[in-house]
Amino acid sequence: MAIPLTYNLRNLSVRRTTTVLTALGIGLTVAVLLAAMALVNGLRTALQSTGHPLNVLVLRKGSSSELSSVLPEETYREMLYTAGIAPSPGGDHPMLSLEIVTVITLPKPGSQTGQSVTLRGLLPVGIELRDLKLREGRWFQSGHRELVVGTSVSRRCPGARVGEHLRIGKADWDVVGVMDAGHSAVDTEVFADLNQVAGNFNRRDQYNSILARAASEPSMPGLIESLNDDQRFTAYAQSEKDYYARQTASGAPLQQLGILVALIMSVGSSFAAMNTMYAAVVRRASEIGTLRVLGFTRGSILLSFLIESLLLAGMGGLLGCLLVQPLNGVNTAIGNFTTMSETAFNFHVSPAAMVGGMAFALLMGAAGGLFPARMAARKEILSALRAN
Amino acid sequence: MDSEAMYLPSPAHEASATNDAVITTRALTKEHVRDEFRVLALKDVSLTIRRGEFVALMGPSGSGKSTLLHLIAAMEPPTRGEIRVLGHDLSILGAREIASWRHIHVGFVFQSFNLIPVLSALGNVELPLKLTRLSKSDRLQHAETALKLVGLGDRMHHFPHQMSGGQEQRVAIARAIVTDPDLILADEPTGSLDAASAEEVLTLLARLNREFGKTVVMVTHDAQAASCAGRTLFLRKGELLPATPQPR
Repeated sequence: MAIPLTYNLRNLSVRRTTTVLTALGIGLTVAVLLAAMALVNGLRTALQSTGHPLNVLVLRKGSSSELSSVLPEETYREMLYTAGIAPSPGGDHPMLSLEIVTVITLPKPGSQTGQSVTLRGLLPVGIELRDLKLREGRWFQSGHRELVVGTSVSRRCPGARVGEHLRIGKADWDVVGVMDAGHSAVDTEVFADLNQVAGNFNRRDQYNSILARAASEPSMPGLIESLNDDQRFTAYAQSEKDYYARQTASGAPLQQLGILVALIMSVGSSFAAMNTMYAAVVRRASEIGTLRVLGFTRGSILLSFLIESLLLAGMGGLLGCLLVQPLNGVNTAIGNFTTMSETAFNFHVSPAAMVGGMAFALLMGAAGGLFPARMAARKEILSALRAN
Repeated sequence: MDSEAMYLPSPAHEASATNDAVITTRALTKEHVRDEFRVLALKDVSLTIRRGEFVALMGPSGSGKSTLLHLIAAMEPPTRGEIRVLGHDLSILGAREIASWRHIHVGFVFQSFNLIPVLSALGNVELPLKLTRLSKSDRLQHAETALKLVGLGDRMHHFPHQMSGGQEQRVAIARAIVTDPDLILADEPTGSLDAASAEEVLTLLARLNREFGKTVVMVTHDAQAASCAGRTLFLRKGELLPATPQPR
């Protein structure tokens, strides 16, 4: 039978200053790790929620992003008659949108360089191809220099609100609407009429991508295969969801940095836990001797001190989970090296991340507590009693 | 204590039922090595202590009386000689067996009480019972009975720092007897107490010996304390002097 847990809990409570400081050190380490995980989780959520499951994105063969892809209008015209593409709900046109993507800079308060966002010129069917809602105003009209901005763009750039005018390229544009893309990557994009964007940026016959809707889920792999195999196109088709999911890698450097910082901090925190537990073993030497005289084995003593260290670390882990909570849901943006613009997302501290954070804390507790616990267990009864 | 008798029956009881000797030593010797020096703490001590005896071990500092008590409690091994306690040859028991043996058969009372400061009187007395298979409610019931027996029924939830030295030592005695051991070993149990508290503790040990038949071995400097014992053994420079019977 083990030494009662009350013994450990009360000891932690008696030396509460040391306990709180050690737990705080572990808590901060866990908080750093959780913050890094929350960033990547949020970015992943934003990117993975982008795209319709039946949408197929077509880029030029060899291009890894829309920005670096160039497609002629002819490809679009040929694709209009490709089998497997869904018709519009009215049945009057196929669900296929030719699009131009470019990066523009919008003025942003507190930033000299402004905010880089993706300007997407698209056909009206491009709006139908995406699950978008109008939050404010109306959609752009064909033939007009009008912009509809994502919610995040509207929030972060006061000049991009409904009724405002923006100088983009060679012309002035009117902001006529704000679209809600449900925390997806589209939230940081600006939509406009395809022809107006092409004219403004001299991009006649230099389009970037084509977005198509497969007729059904089973027909989607066939559609992708037929587009990739068609010798008339130098195009590469892929699921729109896969395309965005691959961009999660843009958060990898920050995640790696966060993990590195957390690992470095964890060494310090483990030593803090070790120091605290060594002090506890020295201070409670005669108690250890007494417990041995009462019949508790060396194993019980080792387990008890190890548990105490784990309790200490567990408290730190909980503290870390609490410390990181204010970050949960905070909206931010990160430079996306694929789109060369910013992708907005909300920090997301998931339950799984918190479980991971707790496990990390317990690992620090085990690393810090093992040697002191071993020292306690190896004490000879008489030398322990004489330490009183 | 008879209501809590024998939680963990042991063959030792059967052995001791047929053999009256609780402690037997033959040429027991203990040498301590400190740096390069060998210090002879106990030299060729042979003695027998019988069931139900109250024995006082007396002698000046460094005479080896505490060493003898530690050897009886198997807290350290002898350098030479034999020691049998309650029918067990302690030299052949492993570390885990010794821990279990000590828990079942020996109650130890320290000079400085050695209570766990973060546990209440009840928690301290319950502690040895955590090593038994008793349920929580049974453990608490036994601990309460032991505390009432030492006259601390009204101090069960007090912590050591909230009690006097005498009360702390009585809690320590309750902890020593809660598992109903055959043997109570007390190392200067009155050494840290005022005269009145010392008297209470000695009366309690004598009562445990007289009314409950516990074998008590007590190390003391104090002739007054030793007078409570039925027999006093004197040690000097590690050697046992001829015993003299004492009136109780």
